[in-house]
Amino acid sequence: MSSDSVHDPNANYLNSPKGLKSWLLTLDHKRIGIMYLIFICFSFALGGLFALGIRLEHLNPGKLLFTAKQYNQLFTLHGAIMVFLFIVPSIPASLGNFMLPLMLGAKDVAFPKLNLASFYIYVFGALFCVYSMFAGAVDTGWTFYTPYSSTTDTSVISMTLGAFILGFSSILTGVNFLVTIHKLRAPGMTWFRMPLFVWSLYATSIIQLLATPVLAITLLLLVFERTIGIGIFNPALGGDPVLFQHFFWFYSHPAVYIMILPAMGVMSELVTTFCKKNIFGYTFIAYSSIAIAIISFLVWGHHLFVSGQSDYASMVFSVLTFLVGIPSGIKVFNWIATMYKGSIDLKTPFLYFLSFIVLFSIGGFTGIMLGALSLDIYFHDTYFVVAHFHYTMMGGVVMAFLGGLHYWWPKMTGKMYSEFWARVSCFLIFVGFNMVFFTQFILGSKGMPRRYYNYLDQFQPLHAFSTYGSWVLGMGFLIMGFYLVDSLVSGKKAPSNPWQGLTLEWATSSPPITENFLETPQVTHDPYDYSKGKIPA
Amino acid sequence: MSAAKTESLMSSGGVWFPSVTSDLAGKVDYFYFWILFASTVAFIAILAVLYFFIRKYRRSEQNLEASAQITHNNAIELAWTIIPTIIVMGIFYWGFRDYLKLTVPPAQAMEIRVVGKKWMWQFEYPNGMKTIGELVVPVNQPVRLLMSSEDVIHSFFLPTFRIKRDVVPNRYTRLWFEANREGVFQIFCTEYCGDGHSDMLAVVKVMSKEAYTQWLAQQNSGDDLPLDQLGQKVYTAKGCAACHSLDGTAKVGPSWKGIFGETQTFTDGSSGKVDENYIKQSINEPNAKVVKGYQPVMPAFKGLVSDREIDGIIAYIKTLK
Repeated sequence: MSSDSVHDPNANYLNSPKGLKSWLLTLDHKRIGIMYLIFICFSFALGGLFALGIRLEHLNPGKLLFTAKQYNQLFTLHGAIMVFLFIVPSIPASLGNFMLPLMLGAKDVAFPKLNLASFYIYVFGALFCVYSMFAGAVDTGWTFYTPYSSTTDTSVISMTLGAFILGFSSILTGVNFLVTIHKLRAPGMTWFRMPLFVWSLYATSIIQLLATPVLAITLLLLVFERTIGIGIFNPALGGDPVLFQHFFWFYSHPAVYIMILPAMGVMSELVTTFCKKNIFGYTFIAYSSIAIAIISFLVWGHHLFVSGQSDYASMVFSVLTFLVGIPSGIKVFNWIATMYKGSIDLKTPFLYFLSFIVLFSIGGFTGIMLGALSLDIYFHDTYFVVAHFHYTMMGGVVMAFLGGLHYWWPKMTGKMYSEFWARVSCFLIFVGFNMVFFTQFILGSKGMPRRYYNYLDQFQPLHAFSTYGSWVLGMGFLIMGFYLVDSLVSGKKAPSNPWQGLTLEWATSSPPITENFLETPQVTHDPYDYSKGKIPA
Repeated sequence: MSAAKTESLMSSGGVWFPSVTSDLAGKVDYFYFWILFASTVAFIAILAVLYFFIRKYRRSEQNLEASAQITHNNAIELAWTIIPTIIVMGIFYWGFRDYLKLTVPPAQAMEIRVVGKKWMWQFEYPNGMKTIGELVVPVNQPVRLLMSSEDVIHSFFLPTFRIKRDVVPNRYTRLWFEANREGVFQIFCTEYCGDGHSDMLAVVKVMSKEAYTQWLAQQNSGDDLPLDQLGQKVYTAKGCAACHSLDGTAKVGPSWKGIFGETQTFTDGSSGKVDENYIKQSINEPNAKVVKGYQPVMPAFKGLVSDREIDGIIAYIKTLK
């Protein structure tokens, strides 16, 4: 499978080889990345639709459109789709797949066939989850706490099996990336000459490999309990319901670092390119990714502060939870320091960089509040927690994902999008996001519990305002859909290096040829060395 | 019992929190506001630095390239690693200290048993008396709660006391508090437990020690009320309102409006009239004859409502045309 680039100067990975079969059976990491991207965007839209449904129902207390059970299914599906189908694969599977070999100066990942298999496992798992939506949609919350999930009559089994299958896609992608980074770096690219996005994918892959199997086993045990009645979690069968929480969060806490680490990797790429500056504190940023990966496995018990676990356990988990926040702080300081004496270009990708700094900081400070035992007792299971994790997951991960998407859009598609409409969209998303979620900090600290279909009348004004924000947010994304599709149809042709970046993906055409590079690059300097490195044309 | 209104969470207290009903709750707020202050200062500092950098170093004809390529400074790195670590360890210590105060009850606490089940809260007092939906306590008296669930995990949340603990099946969990003023304050269930989760509410009624002693002494509070008024009182006091509406809306259970005398079909295929016997059976053995279209989730109230209270409910339903 070649792209015939030697003979045809217009051939690139998109247009050659041609035909649907050449896409469905591709081994090209770039095509696989694009296919993932399409599914990931659809999953985000589906999860977003459920979110709009939730917020619509909350315009008034009591029933507006949905029954209590339907509402419970809505918030469960919103969470499950957003976590399992969208955010866990989001950056690694789409942008990571596309950029990792390019950034390393390689032709592809270490195991291209495994890569395609990971994609199809993802599709199969995703379809399983979607099927479960129509076969008695789950109403347990995405966290499936027992014994409610052991006994409810909704489709717990098909949804958990869907998540089980999706987990393998994550694990296999992690394996692929680890080996690729170890083995396929271009000549001259030492570990400390790798772009920081690569370091972040490395740390992410470690977590994917080690944590995901625990979730797989946990969900399987839940399925066994429901089908053959082995009492592991259900006390009516002799089980321990809190044990489920330990098993579940042992994966799901590291999982949030699977989400944020690649996002932080994107941030390092954006700040260097759009300030035309070498990164400040490369070594500290690289090691902080590894530190986060390790410490992330030690904090799961902060989800169990009110579960009845021992005070001693709660104390230990509280200490460790504070420690895991330190490396993230280090990164934020280093990024801001990178801007010092730079040449700052406020293009859309950098606007998303700035959005992340602002919103993730709020997420981080409220995380400090939640790590404190006496405060978490109050805030747990209120809207305060909902606001906190949306500030980190959406204000952090999604902003970085959008920044990376806009940064690498010309490279992946060969087209430029409308900078004007991109800015409009970014503005609406930023404003809408804060309208929805800052309000929820207040709702939560006033005592409003989460996962509530009905609520006391006194909370109505804040709920309504949060709902209006969801419409602004939705409008921002709608506009984004339009201008991105428009760019594919009638966008300006993109040069190979529209942003004057230094990393290797910019040293090849936009879009790249199938083999990525005409000749294997020889690396002679640091990835962001603007003083030594020549900016690729 | 007087119909005192539950204090509003939104309109009491300040911008962030509801008012406090214990001294410890005030300490929790104080700690929070310290962290909020420090976080706000740090956040404004971040915004200010971003703003000034963007203004000073914006790309322009005069500033096409970075003016200096500074790659690292180990002293700064150590500083902004070690100082935040010290600060968060301080925050940990403060939070842990307050947590222990919130968790360990004083020796002279009086114990009340709390049972959570879908979708109501039941309380049992030292003299054997039981209430549903309202936790009655004396002011300025430490109260210890011994809690368990009869089905799935619930969570008992008293926002004005700033305390919460999960209520788990097959296990006991504990809370304690000491109210420092009288009034009626909100209780929520805060662990998702199914369709009735957001209606699984209760209140804590704090009264003077004298009033509390009087209240404990009365066993049947409704002897002097006419039956239909007694039924209306029981409708809210014993938790029927969580699942049965009065206006025709179907909730977890059928609405009471207009049902008396109606013929209903049941899930086992049989049908029958909603008469006095059916209502009494539905209260004592609710899952014997479930109206078609509803789930068999109603808990049995046998032993939780007196025979006269059942008469009252029947009389009240008859008034709901």
